Amino acid sequence: MAHITKANNLHEWLDQRLAIDKLWKVLAAEYWIPKNINFLWAMGVVLMTMFTILVISGIFLLMYYKPDTKLAFDSVNYTIMQEVWYGWLWRHMHAVAASVVFLVIYIHMFTGIYYASYKRGREMIWISGMLLFVTFSAEAFSGYMLPWGQMSYWAAQVITNLFGGIPFIGDELVIWIRGNFYVSDPTLTRFFMLHVFLMPLIIMAIIGLHFYSLRIPHVNNQDGEEIDFDAEAEKYKAGLKKEAKVIPFWPVFLSKDFFVLGVFMIFYFYLVFYHYNFAMDPINFDPANPMKTPPHIYPEWYFLWSYEVLRGFFFDVGPLSAMDMGLIAFGIANVIFFALPWFDKNDEVAPASRRSGGFAIWFWLMVVDMIVLTIWGKLPPTGFNAYIGYVAAVGFLALFAALPAVTARKKGLLMFVILMTLALYVAGYMEYTKALGNGFVIVALFVIFYALFFLNPVFVRNRGGAR
Amino acid sequence: MRELKILAIIVVLVGITYWGIEPYAHSQMHPHHEPATFSYGDLQAIAANGDASKGATAIMNNGCTGCHSIKSQNIPAPMDPVTASASYGVNPPDLSNIAAVVDHKFLANVIKDPVKAFKLAHKFNDTKPFPMPAFYGSDQDLADIVAYLVSIAPKEISPKEAYETACGRCHNLRYDNWTVIGEKPKFKNEIEKADFELKLAQYEANLKKYLGTTPPDLSMYIRSRGHEYIRDFVEDPQKILHGTAMPRVGLTKEATEKVVAYLEKVGDRKKEKRNSLGPWVLLYFVVFAVLAYLWKQKIWREVH
Repeated sequence: MAHITKANNLHEWLDQRLAIDKLWKVLAAEYWIPKNINFLWAMGVVLMTMFTILVISGIFLLMYYKPDTKLAFDSVNYTIMQEVWYGWLWRHMHAVAASVVFLVIYIHMFTGIYYASYKRGREMIWISGMLLFVTFSAEAFSGYMLPWGQMSYWAAQVITNLFGGIPFIGDELVIWIRGNFYVSDPTLTRFFMLHVFLMPLIIMAIIGLHFYSLRIPHVNNQDGEEIDFDAEAEKYKAGLKKEAKVIPFWPVFLSKDFFVLGVFMIFYFYLVFYHYNFAMDPINFDPANPMKTPPHIYPEWYFLWSYEVLRGFFFDVGPLSAMDMGLIAFGIANVIFFALPWFDKNDEVAPASRRSGGFAIWFWLMVVDMIVLTIWGKLPPTGFNAYIGYVAAVGFLALFAALPAVTARKKGLLMFVILMTLALYVAGYMEYTKALGNGFVIVALFVIFYALFFLNPVFVRNRGGAR
Repeated sequence: MRELKILAIIVVLVGITYWGIEPYAHSQMHPHHEPATFSYGDLQAIAANGDASKGATAIMNNGCTGCHSIKSQNIPAPMDPVTASASYGVNPPDLSNIAAVVDHKFLANVIKDPVKAFKLAHKFNDTKPFPMPAFYGSDQDLADIVAYLVSIAPKEISPKEAYETACGRCHNLRYDNWTVIGEKPKFKNEIEKADFELKLAQYEANLKKYLGTTPPDLSMYIRSRGHEYIRDFVEDPQKILHGTAMPRVGLTKEATEKVVAYLEKVGDRKKEKRNSLGPWVLLYFVVFAVLAYLWKQKIWREVH
């Protein structure tokens, strides 16, 4: 039982009961962040702000939205966009935030990869972050269905159909997810529930986990330097602010974040008012029509890279159809980043440019490959585009297959992975020009390729190399 | 300096991605078409000197008013819209405003050879003739009729009237209460409402039978298609959507702009508000960023 005395003011009264001074210290005033950082370290606060905007604008939209296939389209495009005071602003803010939040997530994620902030004790930060990526994806997909436009409907049709590729239970699973034999009213209503209740709830819980996971291993810094946070914090508290290698979250870290946030908000609101079509696809302003397939169906831009991994396999491989091959790669692509800390077989924590071996090359190849996948994910998969998609999709898997060899500096193994990839490129090109047919060779190539993909992270030994 | 380099890299990468998925991808998905000229160059000119007073007689003698009303001249429609649509597929247009929205050369050509002017040869032929019968008068009669229609047309026409005359007999516009049988009235009771809805359903069914498809409601077309697409589509639907049942309707450039302006007013009603609020919000965050920068400098001076 705490010792309670007569409080002189509200602050004291609360402090005796809730220890708010101590809480503030733990959460902000004495939450230590490295000083040696750049603006990329502000992306977390930018993401938190975008998520807050999404929640608040979402609450306002929820007051007028009708989750019914007969009413949904008009409740969004007439009631909210035209009748409700500033409804159009909330909707534009919600739609644009939902899109740019993924841009910031990708920047945040690749910052983590570049500075090797996913290993040596930081694995849980990485995993909880990837969980947020997956749950945000589910949130985005379910939300995109709600306006019940043409793209809402057909994206739902295509994506729910993908679950049909799962062996044995696929067909039943699709019906279970849709709540009907085809995408229809029950589908809309259940995705509405997911979007406004279940997914936000899970996301908030994982955000808590993500923040907590930072506490023990601490935030990384620009040089990957291992800092004695306790000692440096003592220095800071003793007034040696210039010498200390750490700064408190409040006010020093946040003062920089607010500036970055301000600049970002200019960009964000410019998009909200003047440049929103990229986030609010014009085709989705046509009401859903199950009888009329749009000439081009594509997901929102942030799903294009994994969509292209799915589409990249344009030919059958032995007993597996192109669709099966695509689904296998697509399934892997969606979860493989979780395993990144175990594909990286080197303990050094440093920016990519200063890491040993070819990690920097690997990093930039990954960035380029993701961009190529994204762009070709939207282009019609006709003619040579199909082959480029294949090269980029196989390239994506190959980069992961090669990572253990790159980081453990096993040159022979790396050469083997590269050779296998090039062999697949040649085989794919021959399929493209119809010169090969589905032979034993291509099946064997894929078997070896996937064996490398799965066995390398397991059997290549960690090189150590911590500094 | 390092921070600016990082920013530059991100801007370039995001810029390339944006270019690839928006302008470039869309240029690949939507084949290029020439922008509208509204010259209707494939149609021949009709004798220039029409006489409006002779045209008034010619329009009676040639039987135009057997199907078309001219309400401004107190010539009523011979049938109500639903009955007319049962006979012809679609309610024939009232001619009061027609010369205010339709190109005059086009108007003459429509009277002379509707299938050619409408570009509907893929829908109508000798076995399935166009509902409007061929015109057997002389080119001078044609010029006179056009001169008459021009003389009765209002000098100025509102965007809404342009829409009603040009598009309103096939396309609903539910966000402005417009239906293909006219403006939806305020109903006194459920019977009136049911009666109106029945008529609308009958008309729509006839229209669907006639065209092979139900023409879309255009309420959100300004967002789903955009200005340029609508303008070019109206000038020549076949050029953009080959084989569509929609006829070329021969609007002038000005009338098309009015139709687009009206669609914008209906589908993007808050555009002005958006454009007027935008600068203030941006200004707020510019000030916010400047103040935040100054505060950051002050705080970080102590730790650097």
